[in-house]
Amino acid sequence: MIGVLTLYESTIGKKVVMAVTGLILFGFVIIHMLGNLKVFAGRAYINAYGVFLREVGSPMFGHEQVLWLTRIVLLVSVGLHIWAAYQLTRLDLASRPVQYAMRKNQEYGYAARTLRWGGVIIALFIVYHLLHFTTGTVHPRFVEGDVYNNVVIGFQNPLVSIFYIVAQLALALHLYHGAWSMFQTLGLNNSNNKRIWRGLATVSSTMLALGNISIPLAVMLGLLR
Amino acid sequence: MPSHNTLEESTRSTAHDDDSRPMQLTLNVWRQAGPTEPGRFVTYQHQNVSEHMSFLEMLDVLNEDLILRGDEPIAYDHDCREGICGMCGMMINGIAHGPQRATATCQLHMRHFKDGDTITIEPWRARAFPIVKDLVVRRGSLDRIVEAGGYISVNTGAAPEANNIPVPKPNADRSFEAAQCIQCGACVAACPNASAMLFLAAKAGHLGLLPQGQPERYRRTVDMVAEHDKQGFGACTNMGECEAVCPKEISIDFIARLNRDLIRAKLTNPSGY
Repeated sequence: MIGVLTLYESTIGKKVVMAVTGLILFGFVIIHMLGNLKVFAGRAYINAYGVFLREVGSPMFGHEQVLWLTRIVLLVSVGLHIWAAYQLTRLDLASRPVQYAMRKNQEYGYAARTLRWGGVIIALFIVYHLLHFTTGTVHPRFVEGDVYNNVVIGFQNPLVSIFYIVAQLALALHLYHGAWSMFQTLGLNNSNNKRIWRGLATVSSTMLALGNISIPLAVMLGLLR
Repeated sequence: MPSHNTLEESTRSTAHDDDSRPMQLTLNVWRQAGPTEPGRFVTYQHQNVSEHMSFLEMLDVLNEDLILRGDEPIAYDHDCREGICGMCGMMINGIAHGPQRATATCQLHMRHFKDGDTITIEPWRARAFPIVKDLVVRRGSLDRIVEAGGYISVNTGAAPEANNIPVPKPNADRSFEAAQCIQCGACVAACPNASAMLFLAAKAGHLGLLPQGQPERYRRTVDMVAEHDKQGFGACTNMGECEAVCPKEISIDFIARLNRDLIRAKLTNPSGY
């Protein structure tokens, strides 16, 4: 098992760190979206879900204990994901000191090309999102525990809604390439099943964007009030 | 317009042995006198290109003109000119080995270009491929990766009966796909990160799929990956650019296989490594 600790030395090992933390975060954003969609079930439903997130695991775990354990896992994952990405990006930039005068990409598209900057946008979004809906610092009328009202009032500002929509599109692009890369890096991909992994990445990133964008859109259209 | 078949694609034709008019091309070629000299693009008007020429023959004719003019001919690597040795290779209009898929530069024919085209020709660019001269780069870094583990250890003596070791047909086929790698370096040249992961994965996969490659399979993976990183290649970001330009169409599935073997080597310590 000592070998595991030396995994990080190699470029592939750093990618494994990205893939494993990416998998944790990928699972999180899907569960998070499913939670978000409860806003369509009404005020009482989503506010009760908010209470559940704080009390989950009771009576074995106390108030907010599971929530904080989850938050720690997620924060560590985000930290390691960014750290590995930073180190790999520096290696990659150094590996071609003189650029081509002319280069035509054959395969990789917008999603793969914007992976790094898309990641930066997502990181900035996470900071804003926490200040907006978790601490309420940048929210105009934040009421702790009133999830429904916080969401509706938060998204009534069109600039905020547009930023959320842009961030969700960035996340979808990030996962379109990132989720597939995760399967490739973890070695799950092979010639027999690669279409399944590609399809899974495409479907999950599209569903995620549609599900999350539907909420600010519904508020702006007056469907949620 | 004469009809083409594979025989006519051989490398014998010259500019004047067919009835089609010669093409005229503008070439922007990277010229660099030596490893530490500054390089620059030089533009040449090539008036005498037959569509039957290979890309290298087109450059040969240009070089003859340059020599007659008393200029220094353009240096580029080549050897077999049959697409099997891996010596040739250059960036042609931003694509490694040019616009024709599954084709090494020597097998690219000028019929894939049009009269009046401008073609930009650059050497492979990577920190691990220092330029020797003009379009020639040193690719010894790939040899270092092979030296680190791209072999099997066998005792010398009488050759054993080959059929004593059964090899499943699918494994033999997959292994052969990887073994087609000619070490040209196009995967590195095309990779946005100048990573040699496809090359490395092909070499490790070729041996790792066969029974003879099993004893050293995980040690080989760990050592070759370490050497790859040490040589200054970048990391793979799963873009698939390498697969697209590989003259042997080696799949990035081999990279997934390499990743799997490295993870397994580190997690389970098989074969005592």
